[in-house]
Amino acid sequence: MKVTIDGQEIDVEPGTTILQAARLIGGESVPPAMCYYSKLKGSGGKCRCCLVEVSKGSEADPRPMPKLMASCVTGVMDGMEVKSISSPRVTEARKSVTEFLLMNHPLDCPVCDQAGECDLQNLSYNHGKELTRFHEEKRTFEPEDLGNNIQLHMNRCILCYRCVYTAEQLTDGRVHGVVGRGDHAQISTCVSAAIENEYSGNMIDVCPVGALTDKTFRFKSRVWFNKPFTAHRNCDKCCGKTTLWMFGNEIQRVTARKDEYHEVEEFICNECRFDHKDVKDWVIEGPRKFEKFSVINQNNYTRKLEPVQIHTEKQILKGREQDRKKISMVDVPVIDNTPKS
Amino acid sequence: MSIETVSLSGRKKQVANKKMTFAERIYIIAIAKGMWTTLKHMFKKKVTISYPEQTRPFSDVYRGRHMLMRDDEGRERCTACGLCALSCPAEAITMKAAERTADEKHLYREEKYAEIYEINMLRCIFCGLCEEACPKQAIYLTKSKQIVFSDTSRESFIFGKEELVMPLEMAIKNTQKTQA
Repeated sequence: MKVTIDGQEIDVEPGTTILQAARLIGGESVPPAMCYYSKLKGSGGKCRCCLVEVSKGSEADPRPMPKLMASCVTGVMDGMEVKSISSPRVTEARKSVTEFLLMNHPLDCPVCDQAGECDLQNLSYNHGKELTRFHEEKRTFEPEDLGNNIQLHMNRCILCYRCVYTAEQLTDGRVHGVVGRGDHAQISTCVSAAIENEYSGNMIDVCPVGALTDKTFRFKSRVWFNKPFTAHRNCDKCCGKTTLWMFGNEIQRVTARKDEYHEVEEFICNECRFDHKDVKDWVIEGPRKFEKFSVINQNNYTRKLEPVQIHTEKQILKGREQDRKKISMVDVPVIDNTPKS
Repeated sequence: MSIETVSLSGRKKQVANKKMTFAERIYIIAIAKGMWTTLKHMFKKKVTISYPEQTRPFSDVYRGRHMLMRDDEGRERCTACGLCALSCPAEAITMKAAERTADEKHLYREEKYAEIYEINMLRCIFCGLCEEACPKQAIYLTKSKQIVFSDTSRESFIFGKEELVMPLEMAIKNTQKTQA
């Protein structure tokens, strides 16, 4: 089937959605997606971020579709013509959708552990408005404990249902879901029972915002101060392929490997994610690469840098051994060099 | 116009090795002219000041020592988001975050606070980018005259929270001033 998205033509299999076809083309015409997740069946159609304009329905019925369509749940037709970033109607709609999503989302990015790798941050930066028109009180929830590994911040949730699908499809018995309706809808374990499943940690990776975060990483560092490495280990439960977020020689966090649309390549088990924080447990393959403009690339050198050789006296650049103390570390004892009088 | 005659600076002068006249050779006119310049300057305003006793006013954009602000309830504003350290071109700022416990609510404004906040004053270039990056209006470069004290050990130039956080008395005074 032939589809044209923003003037770019592509042949796809029948049954592909517009979003998947756009992702095959890549580039700027890929609509943003907050709720759709290609690895989860049935996800999509909730956040309305991926709205596109269908300017020609198909070869057989060339009439344009009157309303903007959610590209993640709309299948392609032969000869369909789609406008994504090239349509002013679509960009305007995305702005409004972003404004709606941010309505109840707290402005606590400085506190949130997801900041820097948050899909909602990216969405509002790329497609949103600078100012808010919402002056009413934001919806708040009582904090709820989800056990030792996962931290739930219900205030930040945008109700994408990704974690619910993860719990349903990866774990045997779904222990959490969405309760309440409308403004009161919230993700909950219903009886506040801790999620003990072996794959429950994947909800952290799947969450587009900071609603579900790693409790073992809570407030440890910001993501852009970590050095991400691709690593693997022999795990009998999962594939064992992960990204390690290191600070010095310390593994602060373990996540699954995410692709350019921030979707995990393969789900990993809780043992890999939470219990193996020792460098000896892992085989490090190399530095992990991210999109060009990601903040994670800050101070992150993916290519090997050769030390610059300057032909001068040996000690002149590095200073004397006794002066070369590590700065800004509390465990280094302060040596008083003041001359004794 | 040829390149030889063009004066790009506007100050090009043709010099000539002409002989001086008698009036020029006795230099009386030239000396009188020079003395007149000296005399004029005697009645002009002095441009120097006697420094330690007198000081010049600071510029409006002067940036002195950093201060971590408290809000009007005396709580620390900083939430250790790391944006100052990210924006710092000299990589002078380091921090470590910690979670606020229930009985520390009067000390810190947000759920997360900076347990360790250090600025290496030897690295800092006082550019003020940390001040611009701060989303919580926590760090400011004050108009303090004293930037750092002189010392012989490097460690004493790494300023921790004891040096950087606004003194409580100052916060109390500020609050009283705004309420009055």
